[in-house]
Amino acid sequence: MAASPSESLVELRHLTFGYGDRVILDDVSLVVPRGKVTALMGASGGGKTTILRLIGGQNRAQSGQTLFDGQDIGPMNQRDLYAARRRMGMLFQFGALFADLSVFENVAFPLREHTDLPEPLIRDIVLMKLNAVGLRGARDLMPSDLSGGMARRIALARAIALDPELVMYDEPFSGLDPISLGTAARLIRQLNDSMGLTSIFVSHELEQTFAIADHVIILANGKIATQGTPGQVRQSTDPLVYQYVNALPDGPVRFHYPGPSVADDFGVAAS
Amino acid sequence: MSWYKPADLGLGVRRQLAGLGYGARLFGRLLATLLPALRRFALVRDQIHFLGNYSLAIIAVSGLFVGFVFGLQGYYTLQRYGSSEALGLLVTLSLVRELGPVVTALLFAGRAGTSLTAEIGLMKAGEQISVMEMMAVDPVQRILAPRFWAGVITMPLLAAVFSAMGIIGGWVVGVLMIGVDAGSFWSQIQGGVDVWKDVGNGVIKSIVFGFTVTFVALLQGYGAQPTPEGVASATTRTVVVASLAVLGLDFILTAMMFTI
Repeated sequence: MAASPSESLVELRHLTFGYGDRVILDDVSLVVPRGKVTALMGASGGGKTTILRLIGGQNRAQSGQTLFDGQDIGPMNQRDLYAARRRMGMLFQFGALFADLSVFENVAFPLREHTDLPEPLIRDIVLMKLNAVGLRGARDLMPSDLSGGMARRIALARAIALDPELVMYDEPFSGLDPISLGTAARLIRQLNDSMGLTSIFVSHELEQTFAIADHVIILANGKIATQGTPGQVRQSTDPLVYQYVNALPDGPVRFHYPGPSVADDFGVAAS
Repeated sequence: MSWYKPADLGLGVRRQLAGLGYGARLFGRLLATLLPALRRFALVRDQIHFLGNYSLAIIAVSGLFVGFVFGLQGYYTLQRYGSSEALGLLVTLSLVRELGPVVTALLFAGRAGTSLTAEIGLMKAGEQISVMEMMAVDPVQRILAPRFWAGVITMPLLAAVFSAMGIIGGWVVGVLMIGVDAGSFWSQIQGGVDVWKDVGNGVIKSIVFGFTVTFVALLQGYGAQPTPEGVASATTRTVVVASLAVLGLDFILTAMMFTI
């Protein structure tokens, strides 16, 4: 590692990614500042989750670089990729807890897989992580007994079990009631500051996102529409960002899926 | 669906080839992780318990009934030629050479194979495979390899249980109910069954079938579309593909093993 860590933990350079002919990300460059909470926003299908998957090395870009602490994730072999992933934690949208393991064993899983720690120490670490998400008392429950918000908090405890440097949250707020939503937002902020993490989260929820994020990136149509502090983004005059921040149905982000024109489809002569 | 359109035909062939390629690559990854996976034998042991224990009842009961039927049918045929004392030998050879390994493999595909496919398919649908990859844990080594070992180890044991229950079934019908002489029933078995040629080849068959059925089940689960429909159709494919593979392989193995 470099003697003086650079400002950014993650950096995307001219990244292009798509499935077949459909381009998801078109020449995207962005920077995730170290130690900060970064929010990725934008319309559904806009490539936000794809960016997380690219940083995690689950998808490979067609062109461009995905730098994690200065190393390009894209061309890595499995060994290097797994070494890089041990420094990341990822929270999936619905938690993705192992259904056949108890809450305790779910959080203990990465510790058991990657360390030879004695059982009492594993117990202490697991309970500390569960305590951090407020669910120390739920250690003996099975995933099927948990509500959606609880499952995500357990998954968060599991994601931070090995003290990663980067934590990625894929839509941590979707489908939560207002209380759980507020809890989740506060947790992201608290964990980031108390553990010295760098956090990236994908969100559709404007109010909470602007309240906790240091840096907001809004994607639209495969490109970055704007980025900056929540205040800067809110005052942006860009029509895309204006549409998004004010939740307007139509604007630069199209209401209609691209297809033949109305005149062609309904046999009306274009006048 | 018109199979004669060249483009559709080509697409179908390419899909099949891509499927074969996917299977071959997964097989390669699986082979590479088999030995490391043995280091954590507790995982293998749990799977042996899971696959073996839950298949035991269906295997034992099926074996017993196949033995009953064999005892009856064998007796009717043999007594025409006045050689009903060879009933024990007939039942034992049929079971140990053929029916034990084959029927066990078919039942194993239906009972354990489908549960493997569904389990792995649901893990995939629930992003549990992805989350494991993101934790830098190789799902092939952590999930597939222990299950593969368990299938290969369990199948010969289950086939042995099947054959033993079948012989008992034949004895119940032949000796207890019809009245074939017990002494000749057992001594014909002792004299006529070769440990290596008959029992040994049967064990080899069941190991090959265990290998095949378990790999098919794991491949279908791991390659399933991560949706409820995808898991359902993968489970069905496990039974179809594994059964056909077992029957086809059995013919090839029999031809290689028992030609003079």
